[in-house]
Amino acid sequence: MTKSNKAPPAGFTREEARRRLLAGREYVGVDRIDGPLVFVKNTHPVGYRELVEIVDPRGATRLGIVLDTAADVVVVQVFEGTSGLTMPGTHVRFRGEPQRIGVSERMLGRVFNGLGQPIDGGPAPAGDLEVDVNGRPINPTSREYPRDFIQTGISVIDGMNTLIRGQKLPIFSGNGLPHNELAAQIARQAKIRGTETQFAVVFAAMGVKHDVARFFSSSFEETGVLDNVALFLSLADDPSIERLITPRTALTLAEHLAYNLDMHVLVIMTDMSNYCEALREISTIRGEIPSRKGYPGYLYSDLAELYERSGMLQGYKGSITQMPILTMPNDDISHPIPDLTGYITEGQIVFEREMHGRGLYPPVAGLPSLSRLMKDGIGEGMTREDHPHLASQLFAAYSYVKDVRNLASVIGEEELTPLDHQYLEFGEAFERKFVSQTQSEDRTIEQTLDRGWEVLTMLPAEELHRVTETEIEKFYGK
Amino acid sequence: MDERIIGQVRRVNGPVIEATGVTDAMMLELVRVGEVRLVGETIKLSGDSAIIQVYEDTTGIAPGDNIYGSGSPLSVELGPGLIGTIYDGIQRPLEEIRNLSGSFIERGISLPSLNREKKWRFQPAALKSGQEVSPGMVLGTVQETQGVEHRILAPPEAAGTLKSLAGPGDYTVTEPIGAVAAAAGEIPLFLMHRWPIRTPRPIRERLRVSHPLITGQRVIDTLFPVALGGTVAIPGGFGTGKTMTQHAIAKWCDASIIVYIGCGERGNEMTDVLTEFPKLIDPRTGRSLMERTVLIANTSNMPVSAREASIYTGATLAEYFRDQGYHVAVMADSTSRWAEALRELSGRMEEMPAEEGFPAYLPTRIAEFYERAGHVSVLSGQEGSVTIIGAVSPPGGDFSEPVTQHTKRFVRCFWALDRQLANARHYPAISWLDSYSEYLGEVTAWWEREVGPAWTRDRAEIMELLQREVRLQQVVKLVGPDALPDSQRFVLEVCNLFKNAFLQQSAFDDIDRFSSAQKQMKMLSLILTFWRRGAEAIRKGVTLVRLKRLKILQEVIKMKFNLANEDLASFDRLAARLERSLGQLESVYDEEQ
Ligand SMILES: Nc1ncnc2c1ncn2[C@@H]1O[C@H](COP(=O)(O)OP(=O)(O)OP(=O)(O)O)[C@@H](O)[C@H]1O
Ligand SMILES: [Mg+2]
Repeated sequence: MTKSNKAPPAGFTREEARRRLLAGREYVGVDRIDGPLVFVKNTHPVGYRELVEIVDPRGATRLGIVLDTAADVVVVQVFEGTSGLTMPGTHVRFRGEPQRIGVSERMLGRVFNGLGQPIDGGPAPAGDLEVDVNGRPINPTSREYPRDFIQTGISVIDGMNTLIRGQKLPIFSGNGLPHNELAAQIARQAKIRGTETQFAVVFAAMGVKHDVARFFSSSFEETGVLDNVALFLSLADDPSIERLITPRTALTLAEHLAYNLDMHVLVIMTDMSNYCEALREISTIRGEIPSRKGYPGYLYSDLAELYERSGMLQGYKGSITQMPILTMPNDDISHPIPDLTGYITEGQIVFEREMHGRGLYPPVAGLPSLSRLMKDGIGEGMTREDHPHLASQLFAAYSYVKDVRNLASVIGEEELTPLDHQYLEFGEAFERKFVSQTQSEDRTIEQTLDRGWEVLTMLPAEELHRVTETEIEKFYGK
Repeated sequence: MDERIIGQVRRVNGPVIEATGVTDAMMLELVRVGEVRLVGETIKLSGDSAIIQVYEDTTGIAPGDNIYGSGSPLSVELGPGLIGTIYDGIQRPLEEIRNLSGSFIERGISLPSLNREKKWRFQPAALKSGQEVSPGMVLGTVQETQGVEHRILAPPEAAGTLKSLAGPGDYTVTEPIGAVAAAAGEIPLFLMHRWPIRTPRPIRERLRVSHPLITGQRVIDTLFPVALGGTVAIPGGFGTGKTMTQHAIAKWCDASIIVYIGCGERGNEMTDVLTEFPKLIDPRTGRSLMERTVLIANTSNMPVSAREASIYTGATLAEYFRDQGYHVAVMADSTSRWAEALRELSGRMEEMPAEEGFPAYLPTRIAEFYERAGHVSVLSGQEGSVTIIGAVSPPGGDFSEPVTQHTKRFVRCFWALDRQLANARHYPAISWLDSYSEYLGEVTAWWEREVGPAWTRDRAEIMELLQREVRLQQVVKLVGPDALPDSQRFVLEVCNLFKNAFLQQSAFDDIDRFSSAQKQMKMLSLILTFWRRGAEAIRKGVTLVRLKRLKILQEVIKMKFNLANEDLASFDRLAARLERSLGQLESVYDEEQ
């Protein structure tokens, strides 16, 4: 990270030398404008993904990057959009280097646009370091496998879908469901037990409304953590294309904070669906062959470039925990956006509209939710010795509840066996006493696990195949 | 390396580069692009232009940049030093890259795949000068790890007579250990040689498959076995357990060598293997599992074209160990990401797409990959095999999509992961209704001979019960369980027991994570004893409720956790006690009558 790859390679060719001299040269007039794309002909050789400055007829500078470069024409994607650009009146400068942003600790407590320019009225903070926003892939041999339990104070997460420091765990939600509330509650309550370390929060908003951004900033303000938060906002009325760079800018700061300044960083990115739509927009304009639902075939790799920028590294104290939020179009989990996200992230917290309708908060669906890293972060010495089996038992029992409910809806509750009735009652209690809590309720892991046993006690002990006899003796009915 | 300029960049579109001024380039030649020397490969030649697939991020590459040819195809290095190493998709050693560029992978790094300094103790085979040498012949051995004897093979061009062969001693992979006089002149011999990744290594002949690969996973070995040299697909939506299943097999199966390809998947999963495998002990050799494993990691955020290559790199390494007479198991997670890499590259080359944007040659490529599996007689006359187990990640978990469908045509074993089972935390979530194995007939003889003569009958009986359960469940869904007579409800009970006690297997439990073939057979027959004797008891009038209340059933459910592989006698004791309890129940009932 600290390494800059700015230095030209030794002994570059005449061609390269010429290009370096030409970098910064300004072209007047462009040849085509199509959506957020600008086409410039007859340039000097321009590098792929080079940073571009576009000066509009009124003299304001916008930023863009090179999406395609050929000897005859260069395609530039303009982050601030092309509205107001004219073909003859636009000036284009190729900068000869990839897009970088200056990053520093002083960015905490501040608000920026998607490109990292301050929009809170304050001056641009001086950067400690200029970094390429695209990052570089982490070498898998230098990762440290994440295992530290984060207590969020939310039972259904801590108990059954445990969040681990360095994990990427998205929230799959739907329009109108309380995903922002849950994310804010997690950001407020998240702690590593036995330590005082605070999470720094990097918040990236893509295409969300002003009030969502305001909700988060006032939530951070109320708890007095705003000084520990950097917000990158590319809101619904900003050019959609800016959303493509916003998470990259945010993650670049997160990496600096985590790996150069030893901080534990929680990155909240919302709404990934808007990000994906912007990607689809560009792809369509470029006439690329789509895969499913018009999304480009590289959506998986593109999302992976973002989501994989999380975790822990050997020899570094800091970490990046990601909590992307996405709204599932039509609540459909098989839609490409949640689907591809689920294939990359380390589990998912899935919201269920039906639970929300019944007044349950958080409306986390018991079965499709999953934390893949929980296995190594729970149990004796980390949470409590009964945690792994208890969680597995709760899942198994709740899954049977779902079957019984289906059956009851066909044959009627009266026809159920006494045991099945017990399961129905357990299901109710599980949802009301275990899953459900208030937005300010911060339960310790012990309280969560005890509640788990409390509801399990409604089932006969012989039904509990996933816990051991010792555990039953110690916790069942206590 | 000899470098020559073969042309200049004309256009850069992601990992695909169009070159002009190309006069002297080879198809599939390894090339380097620009002054940062990004690794690439020529994949199309026409007139004076070429298309180059670049294995690294092309940021900054501009029209006019030079393209340098290496004169040889993209190849892997084969020799001592592979075991325990983690490579990227084009066999660059990731540990050493880390030493050079830190935690993040920089571009343009060029490193040999095999360590050049390390000396290996070479033990020559009993060969005499003047003796005939042919490719694939064993020239000697190097004890690479405690568990793996690396057999040094004569390289592909070494057909002729042996001129010299070094005595026992320590050599690096580039110090000559002898020479062969071939038609084309003298060919020096080394501990290593190179092989182009896209060309399958030759064999003497294909053999019938007959021996199962014992994976230690009960649902696999007992219900849907795979043979050594076989091909398997594991399709499943996200989070259904493809990776966990492959990890479990990589850990506990009885192959001699494991090649694990992380193809477009998570970084942390590779880290997991890297941290866990060295600590786990192979029950057969008593050595660390890392001492039989080669890892290829081209994670989802690493360049997409190297992902395309990683599958071939892995297959070539596997074939190389097969050629030494080993049984090799290849895990490829996930072949869908590889297919998507093909799609992306094809799209950037503006080829005509077929289904869902995939190129028309997708099925051919899938077939070619799985064809690299097989049980064979290798060039040196020994027997070896490559078993390929490929994960498939269908979009939306829908198996009708092209990659799953085409894969199904070319594999003979299909472990379908079921979303419902995974959601209910029934792991491994391998569906007993949608999965199949065409190897059943071929491995039956082994099971009957090595494990128990009743294997075929027992397996068929439980499969039949599972089918009956499906039909009964349909009735239950309409009218509730109470409408069924006890004899039919007992079928549901037994199937439930079988699912809980046998099919579910925890990857995290020290005892349960791996079951020997013998343990599997004992467990199955215990459950069938309960079925046969219980059905008998019900016929005699014993009620289902009494049967279900048998105390010993709790022990049957937990036998997988409590009774170890070595503890076969305990299973017999448990079976005897089960018989006795059932006998008592019946006799009490007889008296009441
Ligand atoms: N045999 C098993 N024992 C216990 N838990 C399992 C088992 N198989 C799967 N799981 C659970 O399911 C989770 C997901 O499994 P896995 O990572 O293998 O899914 P996957 O199919 O590879 O998903 P993806 O396609 O997203 O990579 C695991 O993290 C683990 O919690
Ligand atoms: Mg996986």
